[in-house]
Amino acid sequence: MEIISKVILPLFIIVIVFYGVKKKINVYDAFLEGAKEGLVTTFNIFPAVIAMIFAINIFLDSNFLSFLVKLISPMLGNITVPLEIIPMALLRPVSGTASLAIMNDIFKSFGPDSFIGRLASVLQGCTDTTIYVIALYFGTVKITKIKHALWGGLFADLIGIIAAIIITNLFF
Amino acid sequence: MVGYIWAFLIGIGIIYSLISGNINVINESILTNANEALDLILNLLPIIVLWTGILKIAEVSGLLNKFANLLNPLLSKLFPTVPKDNKALGYISSNIAANMLGLGSAATPAGLKAMNELQKINPEKNVASPAMITFLILNTAGVTLIPTTILALRVAYNSQNPGEIILPAILATTCSSVAGLTLDYFIRKRSQKWK
Repeated sequence: MEIISKVILPLFIIVIVFYGVKKKINVYDAFLEGAKEGLVTTFNIFPAVIAMIFAINIFLDSNFLSFLVKLISPMLGNITVPLEIIPMALLRPVSGTASLAIMNDIFKSFGPDSFIGRLASVLQGCTDTTIYVIALYFGTVKITKIKHALWGGLFADLIGIIAAIIITNLFF
Repeated sequence: MVGYIWAFLIGIGIIYSLISGNINVINESILTNANEALDLILNLLPIIVLWTGILKIAEVSGLLNKFANLLNPLLSKLFPTVPKDNKALGYISSNIAANMLGLGSAATPAGLKAMNELQKINPEKNVASPAMITFLILNTAGVTLIPTTILALRVAYNSQNPGEIILPAILATTCSSVAGLTLDYFIRKRSQKWK
């Protein structure tokens, strides 16, 4: 399992670069062009990152979460889910930047190789911003009756979250 | 939607810290938050730039299209209501392929074009067609093979093995995609019976 994880990235790059060379395109120019686009994209998301880091940190620093945890922990009984992950799971479908900000916070407090750090990584990787995508895609073609698209997507996210918890437990 | 959540997080945070006497922490938080955002962006920037560069090579050389074509046979099974030669299928496969490679900026335009094509063959223009719903469920399940931002952050926080989460993430994604598509399939079956 571990070897697969380590091979994916280098394999990807070698295939992409060699295929480009084989097709006789200028791989270096193509790289620079793409890199420039990446630079612009990253700068464009900077305001959103500031906004989300600001709101999430105020929320987390207020300790409201530990107050909530005290309220609901008697109900959870023996289930051991790290509770810091709950706000991340709730915000993941709405905003990728918000869940990224929480993941950053988890890495800072617990480290990326802690159980919760790994769980946050898997969670961030396995679902997408469902609500945002649905709003954008249906909005562009002016569809108002979306039938089961929203809750179907959220159901898939829920399964993804549960799978992430189980799989992280199995792997590490 | 995001606006309300944003305001809610700030509101709850400040009000609760006022009530609980935690106001010093909040003051410090307000003043240092922006620095943290800058750190986050600086941590992400190099690998995003590197990866979009690499993926541009795949796009220009036609590898991305080739990869998308591999998905086609599977897609025509998932979208029985879309004619096999319809442009929508091509856009859908480009969208999924770009998403898989973590190329969000290339995925969105293809996805929107796919929606436009699906809308052309949609009999009721304000109601979502079955194909649109299947597409969105597949899309939002978020199949990602190379999660660059996550890898970048794990490296920044000194992970011993940043890539160890790739395989678990792929497995978890597979579970959510299969669950979403299965649910969609049964709902479609049931609504056909009613007609």
